[in-house]
Amino acid sequence: MSDACERTNVTGNQQPPFESVVARYGATVLRVCRAVVGPIDADDAWSETFLAALKAYPNLAADANVEAWLVTIAHRKAIDLTRSAARRAKLVAGLLVRDAASTADARDSDLWDALAELADRQRTAVAYHYLAGLPYREIAAITGSSTDAARRAASDGIATLRRRYPTLIGAQP
Amino acid sequence: MINPLPEIAAADLAVLHARLVAAAERDGLLDVAYRSLDSPVGSLLLAATPTGLVRVAFAGLGQESALAALAAQLGPRILHAPKRLDPVVRQLEEYFSGTRRLFDLALDLRLVHGFRRDVVAQLQRIGYGHTQSYGEVAAAVGSPRAVRAVGTACALNPVPIVLPCHRVVRSDGAPGQYAGGVEAKRLLLSLEAS
Repeated sequence: MSDACERTNVTGNQQPPFESVVARYGATVLRVCRAVVGPIDADDAWSETFLAALKAYPNLAADANVEAWLVTIAHRKAIDLTRSAARRAKLVAGLLVRDAASTADARDSDLWDALAELADRQRTAVAYHYLAGLPYREIAAITGSSTDAARRAASDGIATLRRRYPTLIGAQP
Repeated sequence: MINPLPEIAAADLAVLHARLVAAAERDGLLDVAYRSLDSPVGSLLLAATPTGLVRVAFAGLGQESALAALAAQLGPRILHAPKRLDPVVRQLEEYFSGTRRLFDLALDLRLVHGFRRDVVAQLQRIGYGHTQSYGEVAAAVGSPRAVRAVGTACALNPVPIVLPCHRVVRSDGAPGQYAGGVEAKRLLLSLEAS
């Protein structure tokens, strides 16, 4: 997480129980994880994200944007996972995806597949903006780029998705 | 936003939540575990630290505000984690079914200090089916004139039922006040009298 989101030795702790953070953002973070690392590694990314968040939670600034904070952690965990997986045989992953995502409907599986084909920068920008609803300014801080670059990556990414899978993306930006 | 958003099954989140609880326990990051329990005196919020049972709260106070108070007092690393409360639930169910007269549970009394702690500790010495007046409890803790303070300490007992503040009644025999309501107090006293 960025240092701006953290403040140590907060006194007079007013944070709600962490359970409410899981309840409110658990599904959004899982969507982001599935989009960014794929349905197979998403569970590990989600688990590592929320465990790290739980550890840091008492020091989170009271006025922090909790969703952006969680996506920031998830972004780092996704990078770690992708590195350690060292781009496992894509064919195997592609075969397993259907099975792992058996609870999601076919449309969602197609979406994860389509996202997997995007460049990393576009995939993360699409996930953080179109799935988590974060503004481009926040996304730029998370991915270490500029607001304009984040906006461009997201719009290029969503345009590619629309072109290749016109039935997937119904809504406007 | 992509519309509709990809579906997330509640079952998938439940599995991940359980994994999070297990990892938090393993890493010593679960300051407070809680669950609720339906009982003859209404829904109870049960909360435990690694040390022991720290809070039993009646539904009337509102589970959300009881949890918020625990977060402020004990830290916000709080998760719905029923397993840590298994022995508490088992013993409470035995108590309500009339087969248990004594609780054998690890307690964490860090929410009470000083005189109030002396009072709630004294409650353990009032046996099942017996009662004491507020004045008698005050005398037992060595402050015979602190009758009202005993009443306050009982009202703020963090673990009612387990530490039996319901066994402290008015000297005229009336049940007196109770955090769970007078009806709950009557019910507990009649359960123990039967």
